Amino acid sequence: MHSIPGRRVIMALFLIFLLLPIYWLVNMSFKTNSEIVSTMTLWPHTPTLQHYRRIFTDESWYSGYINSLEYVVLNTIISISVALPAAYAFSRYRFLGDKHLFFWLLSNRMAPAAVYALPFFNLYSAIGLFDTPWAVALAHCIFNVPLAVWILEGFVSGVPREIDETAFLDGYSFPRFFIKILVPLIASGIGVAAFFCFMFSWVELLLARTLTSVQAKPIAAIMTRTVSAAGMDWGLLAAAGVLTIIPGALVIWFVRNYIARGFALGRV
Amino acid sequence: MDKTINQKAWFLVLPVFLVVAFSAVLPLMTVVNYSMQDTFGNNQFFWNGVGWFKELLDPSTDLGGRFLASLGRNLFFSLVILAIEVPLGIVVALSMPRQGWTVAACLVILALPLLIPWNVVGTIWQIFGRPDIGLLGYTLNAMGIEYNYVSNDIDAWVTVIVMDVWHWTSLVALLCYAGLKSIPEAYYQAAQIDGASRWAVFKAIQLPKMNRVLLIAVLLRFMDSFMIYTEPFVVTGGGPGNSTTFVSIELVKIALGQFDLGKAAALSLVYNLIILIVCWVFYTVMTNAGVERKAQAEEEPAAERKPAGALQPAPAPALKPKEGVA
Repeated sequence: MHSIPGRRVIMALFLIFLLLPIYWLVNMSFKTNSEIVSTMTLWPHTPTLQHYRRIFTDESWYSGYINSLEYVVLNTIISISVALPAAYAFSRYRFLGDKHLFFWLLSNRMAPAAVYALPFFNLYSAIGLFDTPWAVALAHCIFNVPLAVWILEGFVSGVPREIDETAFLDGYSFPRFFIKILVPLIASGIGVAAFFCFMFSWVELLLARTLTSVQAKPIAAIMTRTVSAAGMDWGLLAAAGVLTIIPGALVIWFVRNYIARGFALGRV
Repeated sequence: MDKTINQKAWFLVLPVFLVVAFSAVLPLMTVVNYSMQDTFGNNQFFWNGVGWFKELLDPSTDLGGRFLASLGRNLFFSLVILAIEVPLGIVVALSMPRQGWTVAACLVILALPLLIPWNVVGTIWQIFGRPDIGLLGYTLNAMGIEYNYVSNDIDAWVTVIVMDVWHWTSLVALLCYAGLKSIPEAYYQAAQIDGASRWAVFKAIQLPKMNRVLLIAVLLRFMDSFMIYTEPFVVTGGGPGNSTTFVSIELVKIALGQFDLGKAAALSLVYNLIILIVCWVFYTVMTNAGVERKAQAEEEPAAERKPAGALQPAPAPALKPKEGVA
């Protein structure tokens, strides 16, 4: 009754459609460049780890991963810590301009990154943050903070108000109530919000590339270097691509039971 | 749940306000400033009033022609991917296995494309689609279908659309799946007793339960596809010619390529305004749906009602208070 006829076939076909391009990337990353260019092979006939070895031994390559992770983690921490109290306020209280503020936040989530690329470049150059992880972490707040507020507000609203009242009657101060009671209650919500901040910061490239030049260059931008005078280094490009997929795949595994609800922004 | 009026709540919102204002308001002021000026380099600026805006909306000028053409392409693109992704997402959500380890496996694979950096998505399809080294391009050409996304407009379009379907259909599917999961078993049992057909169950139970998440899905997909930049930029670079140059690509070309700050800023503002209007519609519809839902829940607390067309009150709070609170 729940599902449609032929659902196994449909699901299998769709999953193959999703996995086939990824398989091709993985396949390429294990081939030698001469094999890639000369013949069409469905699996690597002379498997090699040379591309991975190069990425892990060349500092200009692996530092890109560290830079990316650095600003992603910074951004996630900033976003969640400022969004938590705000989510509580939006969920529990009415105050002057609350609806307008909420809409304004939401509109920033939707603003195209291309619009902000140039002004951000000017702003962060002016205050001396250009080419640091902080610049990218702060820039990504523009879409991650509103998202975190939105998700967390849904989760805070799921906590009965009686709990607040009981805690205050028992003499809990507000900060103590917040940390000792509220945060543990919405722990899974915080996990989901952190997952989304991680995700959107990890996949974004335009701002990250514009705001960095050497020191804090993200891996996604370094990948463009594989175009050289000798032509494309396809194997190396594929290996770098595979390595960018891994952190995402790991994170998904931890939140797999909350993914569906999280994508509905805690509002199903 | 009535909210209490408390102006001190502003203190809780203040950090968010400051962080977002720093990242949003200051840069936006710069954009507004630039949009009224012209520059010949050397940081010398000249007042240009609304000149850029006039040019932008006039298709006979170079700037206006480019803007309106890319806007048209972008709208067409958004409509095509919505027309494919929404029905496909619903079908995939309905095809999800019901229980067991396959559920987790399917969820993880579905979410995988969403967590790949956008330029890597472009790279994947570049490698997959190339006629010389890509499985897709090679197979199509071997089958006698001429396919080359670098030189043929239509092939480039098809590639960009299939890539977007690959990348984002999972989002629609996961949202719909979340909606479907919240349907109580009793509804299906009632439908079975009534002898409802498969199609009737979909139309009367599943679709109404999904309409809220579908709304989120449609608007998120519309706005994100309207801002698309990285994936087509990596795969086609906006070409061949200008055939896959969307608004964001055009904007970055003008702003960072030609460093034409005034033109780019004016374009940014108009672009932002369009997004803002769509966003406002989204917000209004969302909040109205919330209010309606609440009103309905209060009106008929225990009354029996048919599942058809009913928007259910929110499911029980997801997080039950744990023991030892007080």
